[in-house]
Amino acid sequence: MADAAAALHPQFDDADQQRTAANLGIWIFLATEILFFGVLFAAYAITRVRFPEAFAAGSRLTNLPLAGINTAVLVTSSLTMALGVHAAQHGARRALVGWLSLTVALGCAFLAIKAVEYRIDYLEHLVPSLNFRFAGPQADQVELFFYMYFFITGVHALHVLIGIGCIATIAVMASRNSFSRAYFTPVDVTGLYWHLVDVIWLFVFPVLYLISRSS
Amino acid sequence: MNSAAIATDESYLGSGWNWWSWLTTLDHKRIGILYTVTITLLFGIGGAAAAMIRLDLLTPHSQLVSIETYNKLFSIHGVIMVWFFLIPSIPATLGNFLVPLMVGARDLAFPRLNLLSWYLFVGGALFTIYALLAGGVDTGWTFYAPYSTTFSTSHVFAVATGVFIAGFSSILTGLNFVVTVHSMRAPGMTWFRLPLFIWSMYATSLILVLATPVLAMTLMLMGIERIFGIGVFDPALGGDPLLFQHLFWFYSHPAVYIMVVPAMGVASEIISCFCRNPVFGYRFMAYAILAIAAFGFLVWGHHMFVSGQSAYAGTVFSLLTFLVSVPSAVKVFNWTATLYKGHVSFEAPMLYALGFIGLFTIGGLTGLFLASLGLDVQLHDTYFVVAHFHYIMVGGAVMAFFGGMHFWWPKITGRMYPEGWARFCAILTFIGFNLTFFPQFIVGYLGMPRRYPEYPPEFQVWNVFSSAGASLLVFGYVVPLVYLLWSLRYGAHASANPWNAKGLEWETTSPPPSENFHTTPVVTEDAYAYGPAEHPHG
Repeated sequence: MADAAAALHPQFDDADQQRTAANLGIWIFLATEILFFGVLFAAYAITRVRFPEAFAAGSRLTNLPLAGINTAVLVTSSLTMALGVHAAQHGARRALVGWLSLTVALGCAFLAIKAVEYRIDYLEHLVPSLNFRFAGPQADQVELFFYMYFFITGVHALHVLIGIGCIATIAVMASRNSFSRAYFTPVDVTGLYWHLVDVIWLFVFPVLYLISRSS
Repeated sequence: MNSAAIATDESYLGSGWNWWSWLTTLDHKRIGILYTVTITLLFGIGGAAAAMIRLDLLTPHSQLVSIETYNKLFSIHGVIMVWFFLIPSIPATLGNFLVPLMVGARDLAFPRLNLLSWYLFVGGALFTIYALLAGGVDTGWTFYAPYSTTFSTSHVFAVATGVFIAGFSSILTGLNFVVTVHSMRAPGMTWFRLPLFIWSMYATSLILVLATPVLAMTLMLMGIERIFGIGVFDPALGGDPLLFQHLFWFYSHPAVYIMVVPAMGVASEIISCFCRNPVFGYRFMAYAILAIAAFGFLVWGHHMFVSGQSAYAGTVFSLLTFLVSVPSAVKVFNWTATLYKGHVSFEAPMLYALGFIGLFTIGGLTGLFLASLGLDVQLHDTYFVVAHFHYIMVGGAVMAFFGGMHFWWPKITGRMYPEGWARFCAILTFIGFNLTFFPQFIVGYLGMPRRYPEYPPEFQVWNVFSSAGASLLVFGYVVPLVYLLWSLRYGAHASANPWNAKGLEWETTSPPPSENFHTTPVVTEDAYAYGPAEHPHG
């Protein structure tokens, strides 16, 4: 039942305390995620500074149209998630389920497009240590670029996958009337996680696909 | 309320004594005990490796084990002791047990995450033990690239996976503590009424949360590079081995503070109780803990003075390292000032705590030798470094862990430990520790490098001293295990507050009921309100 008292865990005194704890908890978790990805961005930046031409050459081989579409898909999914949280705040159950389902669909679309992109990369012989071939100069360093490309986008895709699982769970809970205007913390918390995954992509996209692309 | 109070008069230990109830428990106190049992077993494995090392070093030539086995022994000693004993030691055992009790809460904010953290820890430990049985790892606990990524033929990937998994248990514990301290404090428990143990847990948790992800991703990069033969660390592949060291120490230097800051919290509680004085300069002690945690993030480069980082970076890291000694010294002076004009008594926890102050001071001062750029060139990778960090980690963290275990044993188990045996072991550990590690300062200064199984014959006398001390340490660690287990059945029943100590954990029964307090406590006085004179508001 969507009763705030029923959703109160025994270690908390009241719903307010529980909400504060959950919100602080997710923000700390998001901080750990940023440090987690921070290592990858640092390793990428340092390697890129050492081999700027090779990394620019690698960037030019990435699939900009698909990644551009994917960026739009993911940003839109953040909008639908935000609308879902808005619906939860107003206790609009059907709207909530609808927005969450749409978010899941957009997340799946992102992964599907990413899979197509990986397949094209494979066919173009861009997968390091598997079938990598590059005719130009500094082939080893270009391969290093693609190693970082697959590593970063792979870890990000894993986060998208986890996010889809969480949002789907929340959608099922919402359809079973588990939330109310007084209690929708799981929706809030999952939303914050999804936005972070989105924000990380907004850094991944320019860093891998756009920098020095036209030079 | 009344029916609930009657139903739960039973202690947290009593209700439902079967395996399933323990393995699915959400009670922070039981999870603390699960962690205690687990890390005790792992301490045994790490300690056995150390004993083999000390036995082998009795003679200048490696006669007991082969050189390859020796490499695996010190690697497994380091991996187990750092990640599977010292990092979780005080936070996951005493911290788990005490944080909710000390802030006056019924449990941690996220009990299920807490249980998950224990399972992750066990999973990580099993991976590491598997690697050990399958043949071990020979990289040292630092996994330096490119040896780890390219050249080592030992089970690097399995061990790194184990550490990676255990890292998530650290993150979950840290997250839980930060949220609990922020949002679960009892009425009247303001920030500056929190016991210093809570401040130390809070600072430690911030480090756990902010540093551990960096280690996790670094190990992942290292492991993938090892498997696929391409990556960012091996120079032959276009990588940068210094990058690995920077990332590794960005975690592993703060990790030193994960080990010793909780020990500082334990020492503050014990010293204040057994000299019947409030901790001198309470606010400065709290600020000093936070300062140590903050500075701890800015000094990692002092592990790399001779690794080829720039001289300018080295200079800055050296100066910042000297800065850490300021809050550390504040703490030592304030503990000493707390003792001044106190009614000092020498129960076993107090002996451990006093030992902690002395050994931590030696460990800290020798750290200044190593922070000096010039001197470090001579001392780097010698036994001087080994002695220095063992004074902090064993002399500091392990002494405090034992002190804390004795201090809160009556609260945890409801039984008293045998005081005479405990005092004997506290003194034995102190003597054994100094006999083991002080000679290592000398032999290191004379030039004996670490991680070598063979050494020139003129160093033998110092190594024999050291191994003799290690045999005393074995007794100092095994005997408490025996009498603490004995006390579970035969020890005298403990009262709610056997030490007449201050703090919310002593206001509930020993052992506490499942929900910690029958009624939510209301705090009306500062921490350490010992003695009437200092606190006219009382």
